[in-house]
Amino acid sequence: MRGSEITLKCHKIIGGYGEGEALVSHEPICFYLTDPKTGIVREKNHELAGKNLANKVLVFPSGKASSVVQIDGLFKLALHNVAPKAMIVKDVETVLVVSAFLVKVPLVDRLENDPFVVIRTGDFVEVDAERGIVTVTKRGS
Amino acid sequence: MHLTKEEERILKGGSGEGAQKALELLLAIGDAYDAEKMIPISRAHAASSGQEGDLYFVELLANGGARCRVPTSTNPVYDINYFDSLFDVPKDEGEVARRVMEAYKRVGAILSWSCVPYMAENIPVYGETVAFSESSATPYVNSVIGASTNREAAQSALAAGVIGKTPKYGLHIKENRKGTHLIKVEATLRDEFDYTLLGYFVGKRIGYGIPVLTGIERHPNTEELINFCAMSNVPGAVSMFYIPGFTVEASTVEESFQGDSPKDKITVTDRELKQVHEELQTMSGRVDFVMLGCPHYTLKQVEEAAKLLKGKKVHKGVSFWICTSATTKALAERSGYVGLIESAGGHVVVDTCIDEPCWIAYKDKVGMTDSPKCAYYRRFKEVMVSRLSDCVEAAIRGRWV
Repeated sequence: MRGSEITLKCHKIIGGYGEGEALVSHEPICFYLTDPKTGIVREKNHELAGKNLANKVLVFPSGKASSVVQIDGLFKLALHNVAPKAMIVKDVETVLVVSAFLVKVPLVDRLENDPFVVIRTGDFVEVDAERGIVTVTKRGS
Repeated sequence: MHLTKEEERILKGGSGEGAQKALELLLAIGDAYDAEKMIPISRAHAASSGQEGDLYFVELLANGGARCRVPTSTNPVYDINYFDSLFDVPKDEGEVARRVMEAYKRVGAILSWSCVPYMAENIPVYGETVAFSESSATPYVNSVIGASTNREAAQSALAAGVIGKTPKYGLHIKENRKGTHLIKVEATLRDEFDYTLLGYFVGKRIGYGIPVLTGIERHPNTEELINFCAMSNVPGAVSMFYIPGFTVEASTVEESFQGDSPKDKITVTDRELKQVHEELQTMSGRVDFVMLGCPHYTLKQVEEAAKLLKGKKVHKGVSFWICTSATTKALAERSGYVGLIESAGGHVVVDTCIDEPCWIAYKDKVGMTDSPKCAYYRRFKEVMVSRLSDCVEAAIRGRWV
């Protein structure tokens, strides 16, 4: 059964379209601390430790860690086809923009409602960065 | 975003495909931040790394005929010829490093291969507009020197070096340089390792922001500031900070916050620093290797290690390494420090850093370092973290505690 659908405006950073199951992290993410072949987060004590971000729509506050490793981390995930399908962030920063630019993963921010309130892990999310629209289909509701 | 005729020409490929790609990346960043226009920069530092993402972009530019228009220095990679004679570095990894170094040469970069280029090879002055990537370089240049740079990636900094411009956004705008968090320091800060712990604590607590530190009484020295810059960017993203009275841009707390109130106030005592150290120092026992110089050791730190090793021998089961820049090593050789370290059985290695694939021989080994950054990226089985003097002691004894 299709759950309720919410459409939100957003601001495009890197264009394109991506859809998939949402994976929400309240903590910043370092792509280098994921398994490059599978997309499983292997950072100790991280909220997403053991979770897989491959082909997900990743919702997180910001990137973190050294600029050198962050880009290489996402680049390696993309080489193995296990990068996220799209990324929704709160605090944009240059390193994350460059990472998304190099691997051509849509990246948006400034959702009209707080993404951490609207989106839960497991919801189905479509990110149409070109049109500046995020559509959330709630899981099981 | 408003483009000049010259920028439009470059965007259409008028200066070659390399410059075109560089400008495309800069414009994507400009769009992300709603920048109105591009502004000139006078120098850049590309945090080259010898990894695949790095190789992809620098070759894209080099093969497209791009050349740096302003001085653009480079971060550590590694000399495959040097490491091939020591360890069995995988052929494909070594080839990536070789191609990266060759491509940066082709784009006309300053081949500094140093993560602290602001110490010698590429030094901005107060008020200069630059594009400096590398986690310790960005906050150092903004806060200690008082030039302005955003937290660049290797690629955006290289692109800025090629175009000679960057989008006007972020820390290039005065109001974005105001403090966000007030950090009351009640802890005792004895040496650069305490600043390492402080930086790590602050980065972890605030995540993303511009901390304003009060309560620091003694003027922090260069090494202490470098470590604060580097370590606050391991668990967090700190592109700028203030220590009113010691950093240049604001002389008071009020001025640092530009009249606004802090988002949060955090107090740090000896207890918090001790907790950070306990979190990082998870074990004791036998040590296989000791690795120092993340960020690259300054001449003063090489001298300190040399003096601690004078007349001693590194334990036969331990490999001892110090990473630094070619410039620093040349001076350290001239000053006799390299001789002392080598007589004790240690090595001083240039152009590389702890977080490079050349150290693969230590993948299943236990190491010790004074840099939590080295421990954090988990290239090794286990890494113990303590101050420089403890690391040298462990190297001599073959074990820690």
